[in-house]
Amino acid sequence: MTKVENNKAWWLVLPVFLIVAFSAIIPLMTVVNYSVQDIFDPYTRYFVGTEWFKQVMLDERLHDALIRQFIFSFTILAIEIPLGIMVALMMPTKGKGASLALILVAIPLLIPWNVVGTIWQIFGRADIGLFGAMMAELGINYNYASEPMHAWLTVVLMDVWHWTPLVALLCYSGLRAIPEVYYQAARIDKASRWAVFRYIQLPKLTNVLIIGVLLRFMDSFMIYTEPFVLTGGGPGTSTTFLSQSLVQQAIGQFDLGPAAAFSLVYFLIILLVCWVFYTTIMHMQKDK
Amino acid sequence: MAEITLNALAHTYSDAPSKPEDYAIRQMQHVWHQGGAYALLGPSGCGKSTLLNIISGLLEPSDGEVLFDGKRVNELKPEERNIAQVFQFPVVYDTMSVYDNLAFPLRNIGVPEHKIRSKVLEVAEILELSDQLKRKAKGLSADQKQKVSMGRGLVRDDVSAILFDEPLTVIDPQLKWKLRRKLKQIHEQFNITMVYVTHDQLEASTFADKIAVMYQGQIVQFGTPRELFEHPAHTFVGYFIGSPGMNFLEAEVGEDALIFGEHTLNIDPKLLAALKAQNATSATVGIRPEFVHVWDGQNVDAFKVDVDFVEDLGTYKILTFTFAGVSMKARLSEDQKVPEGKAFVSFPEQWTKIYLNDYLVEVPHD
Repeated sequence: MTKVENNKAWWLVLPVFLIVAFSAIIPLMTVVNYSVQDIFDPYTRYFVGTEWFKQVMLDERLHDALIRQFIFSFTILAIEIPLGIMVALMMPTKGKGASLALILVAIPLLIPWNVVGTIWQIFGRADIGLFGAMMAELGINYNYASEPMHAWLTVVLMDVWHWTPLVALLCYSGLRAIPEVYYQAARIDKASRWAVFRYIQLPKLTNVLIIGVLLRFMDSFMIYTEPFVLTGGGPGTSTTFLSQSLVQQAIGQFDLGPAAAFSLVYFLIILLVCWVFYTTIMHMQKDK
Repeated sequence: MAEITLNALAHTYSDAPSKPEDYAIRQMQHVWHQGGAYALLGPSGCGKSTLLNIISGLLEPSDGEVLFDGKRVNELKPEERNIAQVFQFPVVYDTMSVYDNLAFPLRNIGVPEHKIRSKVLEVAEILELSDQLKRKAKGLSADQKQKVSMGRGLVRDDVSAILFDEPLTVIDPQLKWKLRRKLKQIHEQFNITMVYVTHDQLEASTFADKIAVMYQGQIVQFGTPRELFEHPAHTFVGYFIGSPGMNFLEAEVGEDALIFGEHTLNIDPKLLAALKAQNATSATVGIRPEFVHVWDGQNVDAFKVDVDFVEDLGTYKILTFTFAGVSMKARLSEDQKVPEGKAFVSFPEQWTKIYLNDYLVEVPHD
């Protein structure tokens, strides 16, 4: 068979190209465009080169927000991943219990983000909220609106409540995919419960866990709505994360240039962290 | 090391079994002797794997007992029974090296590391895995993985029996015979009871000293490959063992012979008496294609039959003919004359088996 050149076939790629252009390339390029200009009004703009990038890189406020962001992301990952695995391991696998457990676990995922923020805003109040009242009962003067540590605790708890189900569901599907013979072989080899987890379940969960960690990292690194509703970034700036700083800058102060430069740096950080994580994991797997 | 006895064993997956068909294993009595190499042969869905899982304890039988050396083990979990099982799909612990895989069962029971080392090296040597010990088990080929899962059974000194559940299914054909020979060799070396489940008669007969043929949840015959071939105790054995399988034809029980339409076949009067004693009006006659005698020329003792066709299978030919309205097969050796149109065949009495309700009718020999 000879290969037939058919250049008209390129037209078939056009729809995909258009969709990608409108969904990613054009918006991104707009931001790039803003990031190198000083914009006063739609008709008055000056090219400033890398000025905004320099400014963003040296901005103390953003450094603090970045550090807070990393602490937040790593904290929730450190809680949600192990907790999600544990929940998945405890979920029933057969019968009515299985469907019921799936629905119950999935509920937090179905709640709109600003509602999640509102729920916890009320839940954490010492006067009318269950959690806040409980803390008060324990003798702790719980007040997330004025105590930075309390605010952090509430934000982290809220994220754990909201997103552990995602990790649990991913792990649950991963666990269901392990053939029964592995468990049978392990019983015959007299493996302990821990050994079954360590040498059968955990290795077979690697792939879903990679997805879980990446998704949770990216999402938590971009978290906006829930803390915005819950604490508004306060008290002070204690729970102000990157996205909130960005919104303040872009919409609050209307500094489009610096905000655009900031967006790009923000985007590159996420990309870089994900890439490092992914290549490390892949590299580790290759050694095996 | 153990003798495994199945005492009045039966198993059903149904909650309220009412008829024999509800049982995956119908009540059976069976003994696997210590040190034997056995095959459990049967078609898919006949209950072989169920039986194997009952022996290893992965499944608890609904009725009857499993005895190891006379001791009831029904209540013992697989991990307490000292059984090794090799599954259809090779099970290895992906993240561990081959060495760690082999050491795993020993580590689980707390054997000191230096003892583990010598045992693992010994088993790896036998399985020809010595140069693979440092590799991750994940990267092994299917046959190597299967060797590793076998090895996990062999490292343990306390293993009473190794059960194989169609272990060569996923192995490339050219490696199958190698691995099968290895199994045989291991059996001779370790003198462990081995039960090998398969639906392949060739695999069964090359591996096992004795084969249990299973059909519809029952062991219909337990014997050497030769016994199964020459004296099938059940029509299913005749049909399932041998290629092509046994010829079967229905006959009427006559006054002093069996009657096929216009033909009559004289059989041992004792057999005929046995049939009559059971008030049988009809019986099934079975004869293997290998034992049908095809005469070169006309013969007064032979039946004249219509030749349908002849298949040449290389070193032998299969003659298909019609006798009394039933299509039958006979094996012709390479140098035998190929009959055309009509053929003259006879059924030597020694090889002509009579079955009543699928079971062989036997009379004591003089």
